[in-house]
Amino acid sequence: MSASANSGVGPVRRFSGRSKRVLPGFGLSLGISLFFVSLVLLLPLSGLVVETSGMGWDQFWFTITDSRVVESYKVTLWTALAASVFNGFFGLLLAWILVRYEFPGKRIVDAFVDLPFALPTAVAGITLATLFAQNGWYGQWLAKLGVEVAFTPLGIVVAMAFTSIPFVVRTVQPVLEELSPADEEAAVSLGASDGRVFRKVIFPSLWPALVTGVALSFTRSLGEFGAIIFIAGNTPYVSEVTSLMVFIRLQEYDYAAASAIASVVLLASLVLLFAINLWQGRYLRRLEGR
Amino acid sequence: MDTGHRRVGDQPWVRRTLIGIALLVAMFMLVIPVVVIFAEAFSAGWSTFAGNVTDEYTVHAIGLTLFVAALTVPLNLVFGTALAWSVTRFRFPGRKLLITLIDIPFAVSPVIAGLLYLLLYGRNGWLGGWLASHDVQLMFSWPGIVMVTVFVTCPFVARELIPLMQQQGSEEEEAGVVLGASGWRIFRKITLPNIKWALIYGVVLTNARAVGEFGAVSVVSGNVRGETNTLPLHVELLYQDYNVVGAFASASLLAAIAMLTLVVKAFVEWRQSRPIVSTPEKEVS
Repeated sequence: MSASANSGVGPVRRFSGRSKRVLPGFGLSLGISLFFVSLVLLLPLSGLVVETSGMGWDQFWFTITDSRVVESYKVTLWTALAASVFNGFFGLLLAWILVRYEFPGKRIVDAFVDLPFALPTAVAGITLATLFAQNGWYGQWLAKLGVEVAFTPLGIVVAMAFTSIPFVVRTVQPVLEELSPADEEAAVSLGASDGRVFRKVIFPSLWPALVTGVALSFTRSLGEFGAIIFIAGNTPYVSEVTSLMVFIRLQEYDYAAASAIASVVLLASLVLLFAINLWQGRYLRRLEGR
Repeated sequence: MDTGHRRVGDQPWVRRTLIGIALLVAMFMLVIPVVVIFAEAFSAGWSTFAGNVTDEYTVHAIGLTLFVAALTVPLNLVFGTALAWSVTRFRFPGRKLLITLIDIPFAVSPVIAGLLYLLLYGRNGWLGGWLASHDVQLMFSWPGIVMVTVFVTCPFVARELIPLMQQQGSEEEEAGVVLGASGWRIFRKITLPNIKWALIYGVVLTNARAVGEFGAVSVVSGNVRGETNTLPLHVELLYQDYNVVGAFASASLLAAIAMLTLVVKAFVEWRQSRPIVSTPEKEVS
């Protein structure tokens, strides 16, 4: 690397714009990046396009509208929606107390927020399944209330909410931190109630970040697999998520069907991803890169 | 918090209620699950735990998992650093697109990630067929596991570096160029010390995810016990065999890595927050 790092020094000014390219390494770093992105990301994605385009429209449509698959879309969508809405409320609350208040153990709580990102999904899956099982720590109490979580769609919501809660907290937190106290203090000193100040002063600058966090949480939930399969029970037509349908088709060696269903999920996720990025670019410039 | 500068939610009862609710939910959602992992792992005593983690297949799974991480992390370290350097130090057409593209693994379901590689490099895939005719098998063996793990973890280092390097700006490096330093020297002496902690956290995060990836690896591994079984897959296998204590023993190893990741993160944030306070000459770009 040491020898080739110098190769970018010199007249690399092909797209010379506002900033002059004085730093070395443009050719090398962009070269590595493009090579890697093409090989690791784009080439495999093109494989999916090739596989599905070889299917023929009728067969493709038949596969993705199979009644069991359609039920899995419905289950995935409503559970992901429920989980991300829950995370919207709870994530905002967590971000709020972490930014606004001091209390003992705050640093530990702050560190624990990232646990779902650090903990392998399979571990999360068996842990939640054990907690919510009929004789589990949570399950036995919930059973007395007549609530069943394990092996029901509710279990899917729990698993999705767990794995995606950090997205909301970590998106809202920096915006809350940067919120200027001046407007808020002015409104409070003029006698407005806290609820009113929150709605009229704080929420308007907060909601773009909240929407982004919830959308990220939703996108992650759509694709979640490891944490879900242990707790969902995976009953056809009831508690099967779409990524499990892809997995089942793969185990049947029906690669074409797996690809067709995967392409539906992938399209939805990529559209969401690009929409979120555009949204962030427009409303959350200060959040760029986070 | 005197009355002259009161902000929303400063009243003691509001503060206590909000903190109370949040801590209660956080406890049930985040803390107790970790407790339960270790409680289950040790529920049959220390010797059973020791027996479980020194079991022949568990040891093999640990070895394979570490091997995969050892290959994945350096690859993504080089890629992430190169990508962050190119998108934060230069302007070029397609720069924004490149930043969005590296987020793809975050949006793609792990199962689909595995499927993508299976389609391309599997026996019937268009590259896999050619490779098979040369006696190279990538899927259902360790190279396939490494490949999907690289895919799944490739955004982490870049994602940690990009915001930091953007915020730091390139004045210091430009000064290095003016003073005649070579590119490698500028990177080593100026850039690296500035991004050191973010880089470490990126590596730790990449490692945590590489060690713990389940969905994508499960698709391409073939799950052969003692051969292509990684630790998360081993956890699943034991759990499906109703060996819950054994499953949690292996899971506790993964949970320990996760806890370590959180500790490193807290430490890195503490280190990063210090120089901003202590060096007033720090320029804002």
